[in-house]
Amino acid sequence: MSDDLMVPEPVRVLRRQQELATTWTLELESGRAGRRSFLPGQFNMLYIFGVGEVPISLSGDAGQSETLIHTVRAVGPVSNKLAALKPMDTVGLRGPFGVGWPMAAGEGADLLIVAGGLGLAPLRPAIYHVLRHRERYGRVILLYGTRSPDDILYAGQLEEWNKRPDVEVHITVDHAGDDWLGKIGVVPSLVPTLGFDPEDTVAMVCGPEIMMRFTVNALRDAGVEDESIYLSMERNMKCALGHCGHCQFGSTFVCKDGPVLSFDRVRGLLSLKEF
Amino acid sequence: MKSIARIVCEHPFFQGLDGEFCDLVCGCARNVRFNQGDYLFHEGGDADYLYLIRYGQVALEIAVPGKPPVRFQTLHDGDLVGVSWILPPYHWAYDARAITLTRAIAMDAHCLRKKCDEDPVLGYDVLKRLLPILTSRLHATQLQILDVYGAPEQLE
Ligand SMILES: Cc1cc2nc3c(=O)[nH]c(=O)nc-3n(C[C@H](O)[C@H](O)[C@H](O)COP(=O)(O)OP(=O)(O)OC[C@H]3O[C@@H](n4cnc5c(N)ncnc54)[C@H](O)[C@@H]3O)c2cc1C
Ligand code: FES
Repeated sequence: MSDDLMVPEPVRVLRRQQELATTWTLELESGRAGRRSFLPGQFNMLYIFGVGEVPISLSGDAGQSETLIHTVRAVGPVSNKLAALKPMDTVGLRGPFGVGWPMAAGEGADLLIVAGGLGLAPLRPAIYHVLRHRERYGRVILLYGTRSPDDILYAGQLEEWNKRPDVEVHITVDHAGDDWLGKIGVVPSLVPTLGFDPEDTVAMVCGPEIMMRFTVNALRDAGVEDESIYLSMERNMKCALGHCGHCQFGSTFVCKDGPVLSFDRVRGLLSLKEF
Repeated sequence: MKSIARIVCEHPFFQGLDGEFCDLVCGCARNVRFNQGDYLFHEGGDADYLYLIRYGQVALEIAVPGKPPVRFQTLHDGDLVGVSWILPPYHWAYDARAITLTRAIAMDAHCLRKKCDEDPVLGYDVLKRLLPILTSRLHATQLQILDVYGAPEQLE
């Protein structure tokens, strides 16, 4: 086991920006040069000294990775402390880890990117990549579902992407007041309305597990092959290196073989409770 | 200008309907228009019509005492608004309001029910078209009730 990957490196917080009521984006020093390059969909382990360490996806642009961007939702002891970090504070960093989105496998195909809630954060690097290499992909559709209009992550950026003629952005919220003139309904229900070619589509899905299950059902009903549906799985992690078995499912280690896995590999895992 | 028969039978809800049945159901149809903010129907009212949206956007809402109404679904071009017309005692379970200018086909529910009762083959066909809509709305409601994007304490 290499010390390099097991020992957190202290790095400084450069910037902190509030996104939503309980969600913050942190810009971190990248530390050792090796940490600067990452693949869309990979994650780092962020360590709050004396509290604990958690996996957090890289949510910035892999093509401009002088610094590292992470979007954190405060849900528990570690993420609360992470979200409260201020510029010049220090955090422990290990990574990047895991297998990312199928950016190469998706080339030449249409892309259907489906994000729910904070699930847009791990998908954002994939979107940056697609926009940078737009000519390599066919039709690009982004579906984003969240709880209410106040919970739309990266709202300004979604608006910018929506203005592009070469990207279709559909946003829907679970419920809203009468000042919201956009779509209301759950994100899987958008799938049958798109009129896409299922045989030539690669789908990338990230969000709460139940939302992913419903979305996978809608994609399969529309005719998308299991091998062409990719999900980012969330499982509790410790080593992130495939050593401790904490995230193991059968012969699959979510930390090392994932977090992005094709549906044919996680079929059983999706319907299981956290272990 | 398209005839109402063509509009009805080309609408996704009735698409592929047998020509004879199409003539039958068209007898129950008329064109309607709702301006932004107009209600199609109100909770508790008699479900005398169902609406096939040609274009526009309709929000389904539930009134909450002392608060603004909560919108829980929007329906768009090609969608059907209102399913209570087929379920006795034929009362709307929520409000439906146009949030953009909406043109639709209003189908007289008494007329359609009568034709479906008189010809069970037509009735069965209409039910087969309605069931997937009901099922997908049920699934959507399940997902909304779970509030999957909610705060962690709400997920447990
Ligand atoms: C590969 C991977 C990438 C991830 N990327 C991100 C990311 O980019 N941003 C981010 O904020 N989180 C991300 N997570 C989730 C994050 O690692 C967990 O939320 C982590 O458990 C938080 O630790 P904690 O100590 O703050 O809370 P915990 O003590 O672990 O959890 C506190 C409470 O929150 C609940 N909870 C845990 N996670 C979530 C969640 N995601 N949504 C709702 N409730 C939850 C738990 O059930 C528990 O009740 C990722 C996880 C994985 C596996
Ligand atoms: S976290 Fe240790 S094996 Fe995956």
